[in-house]
This record gives sequence, structure tokens and C-alpha cells, in this order.
Amino acid sequence: MPVELKDFNTVARPDWCPGCGDFGIQVAVKQALVNLQIEPHNVAIVAGIGCSSKLTHWVDTYGLHALHGRSLPPAVAVKFANPKLTVIADSGDGDGYGIGMGHFIHTMRRNVDMTYLVHDNMVYGLTKGQAAPTSQKGYKSPSTPFGVIEQPVNPIALALAAGATFIARGSAGDAIQLTKIIEEAIKHKGFALVDILQPCVTFNKINTYAYFMQNCYKLESDPNYDPTNFGMAMEKALQTDKIPTGIFYRADRPTYEEEDPGHTSVAAVDLDISNIDISNPMQKYL
Amino acid sequence: MKLNDLTWMIGGEAGFGIQSAGHIFALAAARGGLQAFGTAEYPSLIRGGHNSDVIRVADREVMVHKERLDLLLAMNKETLDLHLKEIVQGGGVVFDMDVIKPETIKIPEGVKVFAVPLKKIAIEKGKGDITRNTVGVAACFALVDYDLEILFELLREMFGRKGEQMVANNLAAAQAGYDYVRENYKDGGHAAGAPEKFEYKLQKVEDQPKRMLLTGNDALCLGALKAGCKFVAEYPMTPSSSILHFMAAHAKDYNIIVKHTEDEIAAMNMVVGAGWAGVRAMTGTSGGGFSLMVEALGFGGMCEVPLVCVNVQRPGPSTGLPTRTEQCDLQFVLHASQGEFPRIVMAPGDFEECFYLTFEAFNQAERYQTPVLILSDKHLAESVKTVEQFNTEGLKVDRGKLLSQKGLEELRTKKEYLTPDDNFMRYKFTDDGVSYRTIPGMKGGIHRSATDEHDETGDLTETEENRSRMVEKRALKLQKALVEIPAPHLIRVEREINDDKGTAGSSVLKRVPVSLKDASKADITFVTWGSPKDAVLEVMEMLEAEGVHAQMLQIVYMSPFHSKEINEILRACKLMIDVEMNSEAQLAALISEKTGFFIPHKILKYSGRQFTAHEIFDRTKEIVADLIDVKIN
Repeated sequence: MPVELKDFNTVARPDWCPGCGDFGIQVAVKQALVNLQIEPHNVAIVAGIGCSSKLTHWVDTYGLHALHGRSLPPAVAVKFANPKLTVIADSGDGDGYGIGMGHFIHTMRRNVDMTYLVHDNMVYGLTKGQAAPTSQKGYKSPSTPFGVIEQPVNPIALALAAGATFIARGSAGDAIQLTKIIEEAIKHKGFALVDILQPCVTFNKINTYAYFMQNCYKLESDPNYDPTNFGMAMEKALQTDKIPTGIFYRADRPTYEEEDPGHTSVAAVDLDISNIDISNPMQKYL
Repeated sequence: MKLNDLTWMIGGEAGFGIQSAGHIFALAAARGGLQAFGTAEYPSLIRGGHNSDVIRVADREVMVHKERLDLLLAMNKETLDLHLKEIVQGGGVVFDMDVIKPETIKIPEGVKVFAVPLKKIAIEKGKGDITRNTVGVAACFALVDYDLEILFELLREMFGRKGEQMVANNLAAAQAGYDYVRENYKDGGHAAGAPEKFEYKLQKVEDQPKRMLLTGNDALCLGALKAGCKFVAEYPMTPSSSILHFMAAHAKDYNIIVKHTEDEIAAMNMVVGAGWAGVRAMTGTSGGGFSLMVEALGFGGMCEVPLVCVNVQRPGPSTGLPTRTEQCDLQFVLHASQGEFPRIVMAPGDFEECFYLTFEAFNQAERYQTPVLILSDKHLAESVKTVEQFNTEGLKVDRGKLLSQKGLEELRTKKEYLTPDDNFMRYKFTDDGVSYRTIPGMKGGIHRSATDEHDETGDLTETEENRSRMVEKRALKLQKALVEIPAPHLIRVEREINDDKGTAGSSVLKRVPVSLKDASKADITFVTWGSPKDAVLEVMEMLEAEGVHAQMLQIVYMSPFHSKEINEILRACKLMIDVEMNSEAQLAALISEKTGFFIPHKILKYSGRQFTAHEIFDRTKEIVADLIDVKIN
């Protein structure tokens, strides 16, 4: 039986604010899984904490709604435990680029075969509107009443530097492009980052749907853009006057699982552990 | 002649093979049917600084090192400065006369001196200073008349990988060191006056079972290997790093995914992820790293994920003494992480317990679907001891309520564990708090696991009724564990000598259970946990020799805590002494909290160095001097 959109519907209903960008992302995730015909029970979505991370409860797959900032380590472990699964880690900008920044850089170095979605609305939603690591300089919020002093984090440039092998940016306002990007990210063999621009209709009055429509342009509109060219990708990542969306970069590199001597053709969860023989290691101590 | 009971120490600068020489000495004892216990002291640096390794060898089980040395091998001057005073009357010292000028040292009276040109022999015969430790060990073999062939055999095994030349150099170095002592100290050694024979001798014991020489961490890792641990995430931290190293070394042969993570936060979060996905997973760390794992420990508790975490304690607070020992994290580990959730906390007290309890830890993690914490410490983790090979027969892997695809389908046909909407209830309320568990990839078992409070399906809810029931559900699991996990009991010691052949090698220190009704018969009851156990057992034998009956209550499980049984035992005992390696008597505090029973006498140590039996013995004497009728000499 083909996999259909309704297979991913949950009984529970989302409690995001009306008009939240998370709805667009939820639809794109479901549609991408349908397009790829991946059965729900073979998907694990591992999220951190924040509005973004509630996605786990509203896409009907296996879900691990983990700790704030810690979606990546358990997601990597789930993939290692059972490489047959499609593993999607899901975070927000505070979750993934703030408290979880260390894991972000190190996980990209590893090139684990998984997809990382970061809902990037440049503000903390669930804690009521504080500035985020991706908030622009000068952004005023309850925690920065006189404006943010730091430079914003540039996730695309960081991902390039850290060695991610698939790097893209989508927008919650463009579900068609976003669906396509997520499909490509899941199909990609290796670590795929999808930074997803989205408005926070309640707290962020600057980076709105209108703002993104005015400031974004698609990389695929440039016929000369070559996503296998690292230099071109870095140039686009550092662009400040406009915001490029689409696939910045893709590279073919062996995955961590392929190179790890602990991994075999049998998934770790399928190994027979009922009676393991340890006489050899004991012999070594005689 | 003093046969087959020797405390030997090698000391020198870090980086000169002090620990490998110690290991070879202990292993040589094991190969000759003798038994050994060895422990190393070293500072937190790579080269230089003072390293020492003390090995106690006997023809019976050796529980712990002694503070007094029978024979000291000093590779540098500092070793003499620090340890000469520890040598017993009639003991000896071998030192390198090429690096230590004899006139610069003052030898205590009654200590026999054997100056040997270790460096010269190493360079001339061993083709390099690097063989100096081999020369020294062989010189000691000559003094104690131990079989040089055993040393040759070990050197061949150890250096075989490095090529024939390396083996030949070490063999030549060993032979020359041995010969030097034989030729130059025919009549014995002396500090002043006439030379005297060195009386301590080691002799092979026949018909002994082959014994392993391993560390507590080795034993623990073998337990994990046997239990089917297939995922290890860890960040290096002394004294737990050898767990990471062991598992990494066996990754290929045993298909274990071993990840050296970016930090301990990632390590514990990974272990939760792996456990959730259905793989037996473990992390190891020490107190500082455990501090970083604390939030994710609660993640495991809230999502009811099986996992095993080893905390190999070292002295804190903060960085503390990185390479020394303490039992300072008991209360921390019992309470770590916000909120209330069930956890199993166990503390092995010896090498066998490191193996068997770790094996059991993985079963318990799955049976109760919650984190299991193993408390070890540097002394237990890094000391070596001869033990018989672990008996793995009868060790059964129990995965608790983990469903197979078939089992899930059966459950689904019975409509159990399903909501009216056909969703699997991963967190269904049950009589014992444990629910059936599915893992990603199973068709029909989809659910969410959330760190937020959740309902029976795992979806978020904040209703009062659900919250209260979920708190109770999780707590129920610990009640189940309390019933299923064995309660502690008293033991006393008894030496059993099977003297058919007249060899002392068949003498065994038996641990005899003491029933509750006999609890009042003992003059002294030691209450302890973890690594002081073996020293306490030795003290009990020393006391028996003085006519004082002593028994021990070792608490292995701190959570769940057998309050009722422990309360009954303590109220039946006469004079109790709490023995712990910390300053706050953390076990005694736990006992008070759980039973209302206050243990008045305490022997505590927090210098970063492990108790010896004599230390506990002496302090016991002080405590009981006026309290019991028997006089202890």
C-alpha cells in the first residue's frame, strides 16, 4: 500500500499560534516522506525543546522529544543503533544554534547519514520573545531591551566550515521549495542541514512573511550556481544584502557509519546478545 | 625465611615504565600460582613526577596492599626519600647506584641494601636505558629466589610484537640484572656491618587454577561485554577512561559502536538515544563528567529508557585530585537531576562484583526501564588483582518488557495497549509501573517519548490526574526493584585450609553469611560500601586472630534501599563502625535517612589514598578500646 499523507496525521492537534511558520514545516516534512514513500514506523524524529520541537507530536512517526539543545546526540545514537531508520533531528534556532551549538559543529564533522531541520525564526518563542543567536544586531527583546550587541550566527557558513555534506536553506512560507529540499536532504547520504526561515507571528515583528518574501531569492534561479563548488557556496553563505534559499552545497563523502569498525551489515538492534562468548578476552588476562 | 608473603614496590619518574614493571611483577606471581594485589599511585601529569606501584604477593588471596614494604626497588632518589621509611625491619631496598649516590642516602637500621648498577647494565646488556626497569625487576627476582623463566616468558609475550631484537635486549638485561645480584650479594646485603641474607622468598605454588590479573575496570567491561552492551559513548576522564579504551579495543570483534564524544553532555544524551532505539548502552565517567550528564540522566528517567552509567569516583570537589581515590559521590548520584524518578544505584565492592553486578545492571536497566548507576572508584577501577576466571554459565540476558515484532502483533490482536484510535500506549499504567516497550522500526508500535510530562501514549498533557498517576507509575518501578533485588546480609570470615598437600596455597578466606538471629554474637559490625570491602574483610580476619568476632554489612544497592532489612540487622548488632572513603559518612547518612538508625562510630578517610587493612585495624582498636571486653594487641 502506498504511503499517504494521512498516514502521518496524529490524533493530537498542533497548539502552535495561528499563522506560525511551524505549520508550513510540518506539512513539508509529511509531504517529503510521502514523496519518498517512507513508511511511518521506519522514521524517527528526535527533537529538542521549543515550539519547533513539538513537531514530534504532530507527525505520526516514532518520536523522541528530548532535552533543550540536545536533539542531535540522541538522534545520532538512534541512527547508529539502527541505520535502517530515516532519522530526522528537529530543532529551533535557540535550541540548535544557541545551547546546542557544540553538538551542531561536532555532528557535522561526523557526517552521520541523517537530516537536521532547524526552524530559524530568529527569536525565542516558547520562553516569550527573547533574542536568539540568529537575531540581527540591534534586535530589541525582553532580554535585550537596548538591542542585541553580538553578530548573528551564520549557520550556513558554519556548516560549510564544519564539513557538512548537504547544506540548504528553505522557508516556511514556500512549502513547495521546502518539501523538495527536505526530500533531497533525506535522500542525501550523509549529514544534511536544512536551515528553515520562518516568521514568529507572535514575537518577531521584523522577520515577517513579508520580510522574507522581499529579501529572499532562490539559488536555483541562477543557472550558473554549482552546489558542488565549495567556494561559491561560501560566497553565497556570506551574502548580507539578500538571503539566498535552496541547496547551497552538496558533497559525496563516506558516512561515519561506513567508516566505523563497530558498525556491521547487521544493525546493532538486530544483533543476538543472548549468549555472548567472552572467553577470548578473559584469556588475555591469564 | 619468610615464604610467599611479600609487599614489593617500584618507584620512579613517570615515563620510565614503572607501571609496566609493576604489572609484570604481579603477572609473574600469577603465572607461578601465587596471588597478587597491586595498586599504583601517580600524579596528574605525563612525564616526571613520582610514580609508584606497590604489589603484594602471597600464596593466598590478597585483599589490599600494605603500608609497610618488604622490598623496595628505587629507580630514582625521590623514591628513596619518600619510601625508605616504609620498609619493614629486615626488609630490603634495591636502588640504581648509577643514578643515586649511596653517600647521599641514609638507610634506616635493619634495612638491607642492594646497590645495583641498573643503568649501566641496561645500556650495556639491554642495549638501552629503556630496559632499566627490566634489570631492576630481575634483580628483585634474584633476591627473592623467584623463577627467572617466568620473567623470560612474560618478556617474550610482552615484547614479541616489537620484534626479536627488543625481546633479546630485555632477556639479556634481565639475565644480567639477576646475575649481578647473585654474584655480588652472595652473602646478602647490608647498610653497615656484616651482610645479611634477604629472608623474603617467593616460590611457585603448583596445582593452582589459572588466575586472571586484571583491574576493576577490566572486570566491569567484561561484564558489559557479556551483557551485550553494543553502544558506548564516553568522554575521557581519569579514572574512567580505561572503560572507553577497553570497549573501543573490542569494538570490531564484538560489533560495539564506541563514540568518544565532544563532551559528557553528548555522551549521556547519546546513551539515552541508543537505549531508546533498543540497544544496550553504557557511558562511563568520573564525578566532574557526571555533573555534565545530570540533566540527561533525568531525560532517561522521564522517558523510561534503559541505560547504564558508571561513575568511577575520584576526590572532588571540582577537579579535585584527578588520579587519586575517594567515595565522595554517593549522595550526589542518589539525588542528581531535577525532579523525582526511579534509579538503580549499585556499588560493587570487589572485582567479582564489578563483573557480575555490571552484567546484572544491564538486565535491571531493561527490566525497570530506567537508568542504572554503577559507583566505582579509582582504587577499585585501577588496582589489579588475581581472580579466577568469571563463570558465565547461568548468566541470562533479560530484556524485560521489550517487545518483538511478533509479540507486538499478539498484543495488538488482543487490543491491549491500544487507544480507541489504535495508538500504542508505550506508557500504559500497569500494576508494577513497567509498560511494554517498542522500538523504532516496529510496525504498529509508533509512539512518542517526551521529556515533558506525557500521557500513556507519550503525548503531552498537563492534567492533574495524569500527572499524579505518571509520578506514581514511575515510582512503582522502584518498589518492584526493591522486591526483586537481593537485600544485604551480614557476613563473617573463616579461613579454610585444605592442607592435604601441606601447601598453604590451598588456604581460602571464606565469606560466611550470618543470619539475623546470630547478628548479636559479633563484637563488632563493620558497615561499609564499595572498595573498602576487601580491606575490611582482612581486618575481620586480623580481629578473629585476636579473639574478637567481627562481621560486615556491605550495602551494595543504595537505590532501591532495603530499609526494613537493614534496620532489622543494625538494631540486632552490638557495636557498629561505619567505614567509608569520604569525610561526610555519606552511607551512614543514607542509613539514618532511611531507617532512623544512627551509627555512632566512623572510620573515614579522605586523603585521596585508599585504606590499608592495618589503618582500619588501628582505628578500630582506638574506637573499641573501652567498649568491648576483649583486649586487642
